[in-house]
Amino acid sequence: MEYLLLIYHSEAGLGKMTPADTADLYREYGQLRDELAGKGKFLGGSQLMPTTVATTVRVRDGKRVVTDGPFAETKEQLGGYFLVNASDLDEAIAIAARIPSARNGTIEVRPLAVRGQAKPA
Amino acid sequence: MDFEKLHREESGRILATLIGLLGDFDLAEEMLQEAYAVALQKWPSEGTPANPRAWLISTARHKAIDRLRRDRRFERKSEEIAKTAEIAARPESDREEEMFADDRLRLIFTCCHPSLPVEARVALTLRTVCGITTEEISRAFLIPVPTMAQRLVRAKVKIREAGIPYRVPSPEELRDRLDGVLLVVYLIFNEGYLASSGDALIRRELCAEAIRLGRVLCDLLPKQAEAQALLGLMLLHDSRRDARVSAEGELVLLEEQDRSLWHREQIEEGTEIVESALRGGATRVYALQAAIAALHANAKTAKDTDWPQVAALYDALLRTHESPVIEVNRAVAVAMGRSVKEGLALLDELERRKELEEFHLLAAARADLLRRLGRISEAADAYRRALALATNDTERRFLRRRLAEIERLSDPQV
Repeated sequence: MEYLLLIYHSEAGLGKMTPADTADLYREYGQLRDELAGKGKFLGGSQLMPTTVATTVRVRDGKRVVTDGPFAETKEQLGGYFLVNASDLDEAIAIAARIPSARNGTIEVRPLAVRGQAKPA
Repeated sequence: MDFEKLHREESGRILATLIGLLGDFDLAEEMLQEAYAVALQKWPSEGTPANPRAWLISTARHKAIDRLRRDRRFERKSEEIAKTAEIAARPESDREEEMFADDRLRLIFTCCHPSLPVEARVALTLRTVCGITTEEISRAFLIPVPTMAQRLVRAKVKIREAGIPYRVPSPEELRDRLDGVLLVVYLIFNEGYLASSGDALIRRELCAEAIRLGRVLCDLLPKQAEAQALLGLMLLHDSRRDARVSAEGELVLLEEQDRSLWHREQIEEGTEIVESALRGGATRVYALQAAIAALHANAKTAKDTDWPQVAALYDALLRTHESPVIEVNRAVAVAMGRSVKEGLALLDELERRKELEEFHLLAAARADLLRRLGRISEAADAYRRALALATNDTERRFLRRRLAEIERLSDPQV
């Protein structure tokens, strides 16, 4: 199954890290990606630019409403994602737990919907 | 052949095996119903098979293979084809008991997966592992049947759609995951043991099911001391079942229970299991509670209870579990073991905490200690306060009775 691992972290916290700690963090991310890719489990993923450069788009009554930033003020922001291949939820959870941001942020594990898949009863 | 009895007692185990075999809750349930239908038709004329359970499993399995083959003609999903082949290839259950045990354990871990909401875990375990009907579960939890049915459907959909596996967790994950399973068993037991409203028969059944689940876990995971501790705890609590409620349906306090009604054999078994759990290194919440229960169960009278030890165990519990119930219990143990005044002082201290202001057990415990000290009017006030805060009918009746006794004492003319 394919799972999208949504990585939520505190942008403010990230901004306060020392350059050395930031380098360590990226290195750890890189190692995990390489390891997963080596096993054919990494299907894609990226860090996102911070919410300060985000744009929100909605169309209401045919009218386009474009505003700045994300929808709501929260402590943690979506900061990146991994798309992985896992045999089941337990494997996806195990991968999520190894994402460095899991230690101070939150990883949301979402299975991808398969087109034509039986609808929930 | 008592068909009803077979249905009631074996459905849970058969369903567990089928879910394991088919990897699909709904398909397993549907095929089992079909197998029962065939049995109803055939058994009266052809005679009951030697092993009805194996017969039902085998029939349901063949029905499932037929169904999947039939579906394939329309959908041609490679997944379904692979599944059919796999199910057809699995050997018929020659080691039936063993297979059943493994299947049941896997099913327990699936039903208690941490990604399911706790209420759903409890309901799903009762429905699929214990084979209790949705109607009975609804009655036990005082929830409308459609709500409970929907909760079960959502949980099954999540298991399928989120890819929750049907597997005993790896050794590294086992401890955490087992904690989740033990919590579900504990909640099932407590619902049966503590709930005061609802159907008494079903509540007793919940306790029995929780104990049965505890036994399954201890049998299949023999080195898990915390699971043992929980089983011991449940056996010890349940051993008092006939003394806890009076003939009039009133709650009887531990101190006032007729100890000759306690089930001695169950106390012996529970105590032995708790001791084994403690020797095996169980130190956490169930172990401490079980040790307290063992001290109570083995005391000849309330007075004979090793209260200092009880208080010390509550202290240990508080170190890892902040809970107002435990704090109140600890104060009561101090009152019983050392002095009522000392216990009351602890309760007074608790009452000064804002967050416990509305806690009826605290008011009730204070009332009881004040009564023991002969401070009648203060005790009456505390009972009234407890009565105003309590929501549980049995507890309210108990408090009203106590209040009436106190009022008679303070005003002998009436």
